[in-house]
Amino acid sequence: MAEIDNKDLIEYLLRLGDSTLVLGQRLSEWCGHAPAIEEDIALTNTALDLIGQARQLLSYAGELEGSGRDEDALAFLRDELEFHNLTLTELDGGDFGRTVLRVLLFAAYQVVLWQALQRSTDARLAAIAEKSLKESRYHLRYGADWVVRLGDGTEESHRRMQAALEYLWSFTAELFDRDEVEARLAGVVPASDSLRSAWEGIVLPVLAEATLPVPIAAGCLSRGKYGIHSEALGPLLAQMQFLQRAYPGGNW
Amino acid sequence: MLTIAQAWAVLHQVPDPEIPVLSLCDLGIVRDIRRHGADLQVTLTPTYSGCPATEVIEASVRDALTAAGAGPLRLSTQLSPAWTTDWISEEGRRKLREYGIAPPEHRAETSEDGWQILHFTPLHPACPRCGSKHSERLSQFGATACKALYRCQDCREPFEYFKPI
Repeated sequence: MAEIDNKDLIEYLLRLGDSTLVLGQRLSEWCGHAPAIEEDIALTNTALDLIGQARQLLSYAGELEGSGRDEDALAFLRDELEFHNLTLTELDGGDFGRTVLRVLLFAAYQVVLWQALQRSTDARLAAIAEKSLKESRYHLRYGADWVVRLGDGTEESHRRMQAALEYLWSFTAELFDRDEVEARLAGVVPASDSLRSAWEGIVLPVLAEATLPVPIAAGCLSRGKYGIHSEALGPLLAQMQFLQRAYPGGNW
Repeated sequence: MLTIAQAWAVLHQVPDPEIPVLSLCDLGIVRDIRRHGADLQVTLTPTYSGCPATEVIEASVRDALTAAGAGPLRLSTQLSPAWTTDWISEEGRRKLREYGIAPPEHRAETSEDGWQILHFTPLHPACPRCGSKHSERLSQFGATACKALYRCQDCREPFEYFKPI
């Protein structure tokens, strides 16, 4: 097997770590705003798991980089174009329906990804995957449970879930888009396009149960993981990074 | 200088910061203690990735062992094998029940194919107060990520359930 270039692995870890961090931040926005206290707690607990996963991934990226940037520096001191999260994770949360649908779509992606990464030749990445998989399965159940309840619910909840699906579905193509970074990491990480059928195997039965027809795939391909973002990421980072930027090095 | 056995005995007394009725050893997060020359090497396995108690646990391990005269310490974190509720001791399960938290009812799933997201059998953990299995789930997540919220339909009391993971 060819020698792995650390730059490729760092790039891959940033895609993973930034995606979990950014969605963790998005879900944290529900703290105090969810329709019931149980959902408030569920969403923020899910956020906490995702941020914990991000810490592992970004710490590893920082160590490989070797220039002294730790998880905090990577989270709080990088600008928008340096974030390599999937666009799906940064979009405005919208209503509760869109939020739980995104939990389903992303958790299903994480479950199939962690399953593959458990077998990575990189022992540390495999260990992070093994641990995170258990958590992502709980997120997936939560998302699936709500998507079925709301999709197969009232006329209004069904209408809103269908609208959420039309919106979010067009950003899912990016999840399975592979590039040369992944190709060079063959053996260490799975090819993104190889994950699609397992992901559909999880997501499509849930959508069917929820009586939500799958939209026709959009012609666009979002490119967040290459650092090209929607307008939603800037305000999210502004809020997330404000304290550390205003009071550099501040901690408590 | 502490022996390995003494170090284990010390950590058997250190409570988990979120569920203080359990010790770190009851929870199974102390994986290994060994000597490296004069240093005592302690290996910990965190429960959930985002568990906010992780840093507190490291600090309390350090404090307890230092206070017991352990000398130089090396703490390390080991992610694999991933922590599982299967590692909670019998003693820990009994303490959980007495504290009002239902312990995990079955072993955590280990195989990928024994797992489904739809139409899974609803679980009715035994109420830690009255023992009734007539319980209903209120929320998949409780006050911490490791617990779900249930209510006993016989004694009507809400209770937390430690989820198998």
